[in-house]
Amino acid sequence: MKSSRFDYLVFVAGLLVLWQLVYWAVGADVLSSPFATIARALELLQTEAFWVHAKATTSAFAIASVISIAGGIVIGLWLGLRRFAGDVASPILGSLYSIPKITLYPLILLIFGLGISAKIAFGVIHGIFPVAIFTMNAVRNVAPVYHRTAHIMRLSPVQSAATIMTPAALPEILAGIRVGIALTLLGTLIGELFASTSGIGFALVRAMGIHAVTDILALTLLIFVFAASLNASLHLVERWVRHGG
Amino acid sequence: MVGEAGQISLRGVTKVFPGHEGHPDVHALGPIDLDIARGEFFTVVGPSGCGKSTLLDVLAGMARVTAGTAMFEDKPLTGTVPNGIGAVFQQDASFFWLNVWDNVAFGLRRRGMPRAEVERRVDKALAFMGLTGFAKAYPAQLSGGMRQRVCIARTLVLEPEVLLLDEPFGALDQQTRLLMGDELLRIWRETGATVVLITHALDEAAMLSDRVGVMSARPGRFIDIVTTEWPRTRDSRIVSDRRFGAITARLWDKLRDESIRSLAVAGLARAEEG
Amino acid sequence: MTGRTAAPRRWRVSKVGATRAALIVLTLALLELLCRVGVLDRVTIIPPTEMASALWDIVRSGRFNADIAFTLLNTAAAIVLAILAGFFVGAALHVVPRLRRVSEPLLSAYYAIPTFVFYPLLIVTFGVGRAALIVMGAMFGIVAMIVNTMLGLDHVPPAVDKAGSMLRLGPMRQLILVRLPAAAPHLLTGVRLAVAYSVIGIVAGEFILATSGMGKRIAFAYDNFDNRNMYGMLLLLLVGVIIVNGVLTHWENRLHRRFGQR
Repeated sequence: MKSSRFDYLVFVAGLLVLWQLVYWAVGADVLSSPFATIARALELLQTEAFWVHAKATTSAFAIASVISIAGGIVIGLWLGLRRFAGDVASPILGSLYSIPKITLYPLILLIFGLGISAKIAFGVIHGIFPVAIFTMNAVRNVAPVYHRTAHIMRLSPVQSAATIMTPAALPEILAGIRVGIALTLLGTLIGELFASTSGIGFALVRAMGIHAVTDILALTLLIFVFAASLNASLHLVERWVRHGG
Repeated sequence: MVGEAGQISLRGVTKVFPGHEGHPDVHALGPIDLDIARGEFFTVVGPSGCGKSTLLDVLAGMARVTAGTAMFEDKPLTGTVPNGIGAVFQQDASFFWLNVWDNVAFGLRRRGMPRAEVERRVDKALAFMGLTGFAKAYPAQLSGGMRQRVCIARTLVLEPEVLLLDEPFGALDQQTRLLMGDELLRIWRETGATVVLITHALDEAAMLSDRVGVMSARPGRFIDIVTTEWPRTRDSRIVSDRRFGAITARLWDKLRDESIRSLAVAGLARAEEG
Repeated sequence: MTGRTAAPRRWRVSKVGATRAALIVLTLALLELLCRVGVLDRVTIIPPTEMASALWDIVRSGRFNADIAFTLLNTAAAIVLAILAGFFVGAALHVVPRLRRVSEPLLSAYYAIPTFVFYPLLIVTFGVGRAALIVMGAMFGIVAMIVNTMLGLDHVPPAVDKAGSMLRLGPMRQLILVRLPAAAPHLLTGVRLAVAYSVIGIVAGEFILATSGMGKRIAFAYDNFDNRNMYGMLLLLLVGVIIVNGVLTHWENRLHRRFGQR
């Protein structure tokens, strides 16, 4: 759609202009200009140090994502398929989701110490809940008429689950995974803030410590681009599945 | 009403849903005595909440009766759906992740039918329902009436001997309903299936059926069964027949009081069910 | 389990509620046991009963009242800011679909951004004090409000909208008298999420800033291995959030049910 691509460009351009204006207003102690930030970001991408940090973060993030997604789906499926368990657990899950995870940070640090397992734990406690909640709701919200259709067609429980329930619930499960991954990334970065001497989160903390404004913004920009692309690709997968692939 | 058993035979059938957490039991249906002959077009009309859909569940073998016997082809219905029964529901049951062709092929594939046979049957069903041009479309791109046709095609392709329809045209406008009614008659004639239709529309019941059963308010029992004596070749233009008005009047005469009664019960019932 | 005569709905304990309560009590009891027996050591975590007594101690003695008040006020300000700004942005985006479409990727990815990185920048702008904290808190909460405002306005049934126009209400009155009430359940969801996220932003900021507030107290206790005060404060925070969240969820569900949306 040509008009929408043009719109995106105008929007991005508008944001950059706004950024530049704010930069002129507040000065170099607070912000760096878009140009300087982007230049620094590109520079960082070519340094080895950056990629060392990026790899540390990505490996922790990947492991945490796998645990969040697998764990979340298993929990969500179990609670979704068993009505009573789901009814009991639903408000508990909702509360756990909205508790500020910062209240758990001291506990996690004390349990896991410093290092990659703490980072992964941070990531998982952020990401597992939305996956579980979305999955549970996806299963519970499968249209009753689909259950009746499976019944009248005399499908076995396995056939019904595999050929009707799963595709019906899949779009919403994927939405949960999308949210879960974004939060897992955030959690991993926060973990690096407190519990690590490597990773992008650590690099950020170091930059914050010496008030290297351009570095802070450049790293944040890179994180944002990474997160946004991940999000957009998952969105595409979700749309593809909704139409049956 | 009670006599030689038909293809479907209900004797003293009652359905009670047990109450939970302090709520009283819900006596949804019965006692019902009913015989439906092979190849008959039988319609059930009744006020909202009278148990029509529960009756359909019983006929399909999806619900076990609390009392009485329900027989299909001289074998008792015990809570598993027997072979040879198909159903179309009121809500849209088309699978949004499959296109029309795959939707219709769904049931056949589950039975492990060879691909050539599946193709043959699906193409035939699509042609029969006028869906050939839409084979690649997804349900989200179709209107409500088209989606119901997909569901009907998906059911017909399995060549059921009994076709159960639970207010299948509920979401459609009147003109489309009348045309779909004609289509249903055509399907009935050309497949020779037994059709049991549930509807709240009296004119639809009067024009389509061989017999119409009028149900009371909950717990639903048959308070009248009207025989229309229409010829097999009928279509929606039967409305101009002299007897059409009399039949509809008789249905409404029996139904009016039950409808008033059920309006009072319905609100309470919905709260309990919800 | 089923009573023969059903008591008035409000007081009847449902099987689900009872199971849930039992589950929570059992989990706490297990935690207590593991702590007392020594499987979980005191350096890591103290038994729940001691957390509760620490909390009671803090409340009774009032020695952290200034910090608690600091956090409460900051949170309230941040919430108000997030809700108002979020609502207006959300409404504006709803009204301009083109703008909405282009900003949607940004909104979706927002919560992956570690917004805490803007903290030092906020301090330089606003100085060391509450303003930076409040803006930080609002930044955490605003997108949840934006997204849910858009969702709520989306879900105003077209027929309801038309009924409003038939009464010839102007656009402002249409918004206030028809659209806002119709969107209320979703708006309430947005408020609830904005509250939850704003608390995170404020307390996290106080961790880092460490001059006042509950976050400061918790960080201070952590650094000094003062587990009793740390867990006491954490429990206070937790209980506060759970209560507010619970009230808002209950209200939200009631609205959804009354509107026939759930």
